[in-house]
Amino acid sequence: MASLIVTTRDGATRPLPADAGLSVMEVIRDNGIDELLAACGGSLSCGTCHVIVDPAQALALPPPSEAERELLDGLDQVAPTSRLGCQIAFDGRLDGLRVTIAPGS
Amino acid sequence: MSGATVSDYDVVIVGAGQAGAQTAIALRQLRYQGTVALIGDEAELPYERPPLTKAYLAGEKSFERLLIRPAAFWQEKAVDLRPGCRIDAVDPAARRVTAADGTSIGYRRLVWATGGAARRLDCPGAALAGVHSMRSRADADRLASELPTARQVVVIGGGYIGLEAAAVLVGAGKAVTLIEAQQHVLARMSGTMLARFLEAEHRARGVTLRLGTAVHGIEGRDGTACGVRLASGELVPADLVIVGVGIVPAVAPLLAAGARGSDGVEVDAVCRTSLPDVYAIGDCATHANAFADGARIRLESVQNANDMAGTVARSIAGVAHPYYAVPWFWSNQYDLRLQTVGLAAGHDLAVLRGAIDARSFSVIYLRNGRVVALDCVNATKDYIQGRKLIESGADVRTDLIADSTVALTTCLQSECRPPMRSRI
Repeated sequence: MASLIVTTRDGATRPLPADAGLSVMEVIRDNGIDELLAACGGSLSCGTCHVIVDPAQALALPPPSEAERELLDGLDQVAPTSRLGCQIAFDGRLDGLRVTIAPGS
Repeated sequence: MSGATVSDYDVVIVGAGQAGAQTAIALRQLRYQGTVALIGDEAELPYERPPLTKAYLAGEKSFERLLIRPAAFWQEKAVDLRPGCRIDAVDPAARRVTAADGTSIGYRRLVWATGGAARRLDCPGAALAGVHSMRSRADADRLASELPTARQVVVIGGGYIGLEAAAVLVGAGKAVTLIEAQQHVLARMSGTMLARFLEAEHRARGVTLRLGTAVHGIEGRDGTACGVRLASGELVPADLVIVGVGIVPAVAPLLAAGARGSDGVEVDAVCRTSLPDVYAIGDCATHANAFADGARIRLESVQNANDMAGTVARSIAGVAHPYYAVPWFWSNQYDLRLQTVGLAAGHDLAVLRGAIDARSFSVIYLRNGRVVALDCVNATKDYIQGRKLIESGADVRTDLIADSTVALTTCLQSECRPPMRSRI
C-alpha cells in the first residue's frame, strides 16, 4: 500500500498507510493522528486541516483551487507550500508524499 | 447487584454526535486523565451529519468516510463508547443517568450533547410510510432504499436541509416539488437577496417551488404516502415525502430533572446548566451569544458543536474560558458553495457585493453600521475577509463594501470594538 509520511506537531515523523481515493486529511485522521479538527469535513469552509507539503514535492501536486487559496490566505502561519489536507486527493502516484501538520492555533 | 448494568465515570457525555464526540476528543487532547463515557442513542460510531443531505445522499461518499474518528481511536483514547443507548432520566442529586432499558450510569460531571430530533409535521398523515426526516444515518438509508422506485418527491421545508435534499434528488432525475410556508426559502436564516437567487437556481434545475404554501396533510394509499394536500385543497402527488422543518431540542430529561430552559436548556458562559456539574452544548444549548448582541439563542451548527465542546472540555480540565466564537455555516447545492459567517438576525441593512449573474457574490448584513454577517456564494475570499470585519466590530464604509474590487478588510472606518466577551 502507498504511504503518506506525516510529521506531527511534536516533530515526530512516521509513514501512514494510505488508501487511494481518500484525501490527505482523511488518511491522517483515519490513522489516529488527532491534530486536525477538519471541522467542515472537506467542504472548504473551515481551514482546520492545514498541512505544509515538503517543498521538494509541492509541484507534484495539482495546484490549489482559487477557493482553497483564498481560505489559506485567511490562516495564520501560512507557508509557501501550505495546503488544506482535504483538498489533496491521495492516490498511488503520491506514494511517499511528505506533509507536516501546521502549528495549531 | 448486576455489574453489567451499573457503572460510574468521571465524565458522562450523553449524545454521540459532533458535540459529544468532540468533547471526548478535546478532553483527551487536554490530557484529561479521568474516565469518560460517550453515550449515543444511534447504533453508529460518531459521524458527521452534514453530508447526509449532500455527498452521502448523492452516493458520492461512503458512510465510513463520515466517521469523525475510526473505531480504534475511541479505544486507544480510553473513551467508553456506548452506542444504541438512549438516556431518558437524569437524577442530579444521585448524579446518575438512566437509560430506557434501566441501565444506570453515575457521573461526576455530565455533558448533555443530545442535539435534537427532527421536528415532525403536526398534520394528518405525518406518520405514513414514505414520509422521511433527514437527521440520522438511519433516516438517510431508509430514504435511499425507497428512492429507486420513487419518481415524484415532495420536500416540505425550504431551509438548508430541504434545499440540499432537493438539489441532490433533482440531480438524480426525480421530479421534485419543494413546499415552503414562508414567502421565501431560508426565511429563518437569511435575507431575501440570497433567497431569490437560490430559488432561481433551483427552478432552473427543475425543482418546482411552492412558496407561501401551507400543508394541510399527507394523503396515503395502503398506509403509504401518495401525495401532499395543500391548505388550498390541491393535491401534489408524491411517491416519497421529505420533511425538513427544523429540530426539537432533545432536552426533556434535563428539564424534568429541574434544569432551567424551555426550547433548549439554558447554559452560562462556560456551558454550565442550572444543575450542579451538568453542562449542555451544541444544538440544544441556549446561550448568550456575543455575535447576537448577547441575545440568548440556540445555534444548530457544526461550528457551535465543536467550539462548545472545546469550552466544556477546558472547563472540565480546569482551564475554563468563556465561549466566544464567530458563528459559521456552509451548504452545497449543485455547483454552489454557500458560506455564511456571523448572524444576520436583526440586521438593518443588506448590501450586495459582486455579481449575482456571475454566480459569485456576497450579501453583507449590517446593524448600526457594523457588519454582523455575510452570505457568500462562490466567494470564499469575502467569507474569510468578512469574518475579520465581524470580529473587529468596527464601523465600515458602506459606500465601499459593495465594490468587489475593494478588499473588504480595507473598508474599516473606526477603531475596532469587538463584541463583548462574557464573564465566567
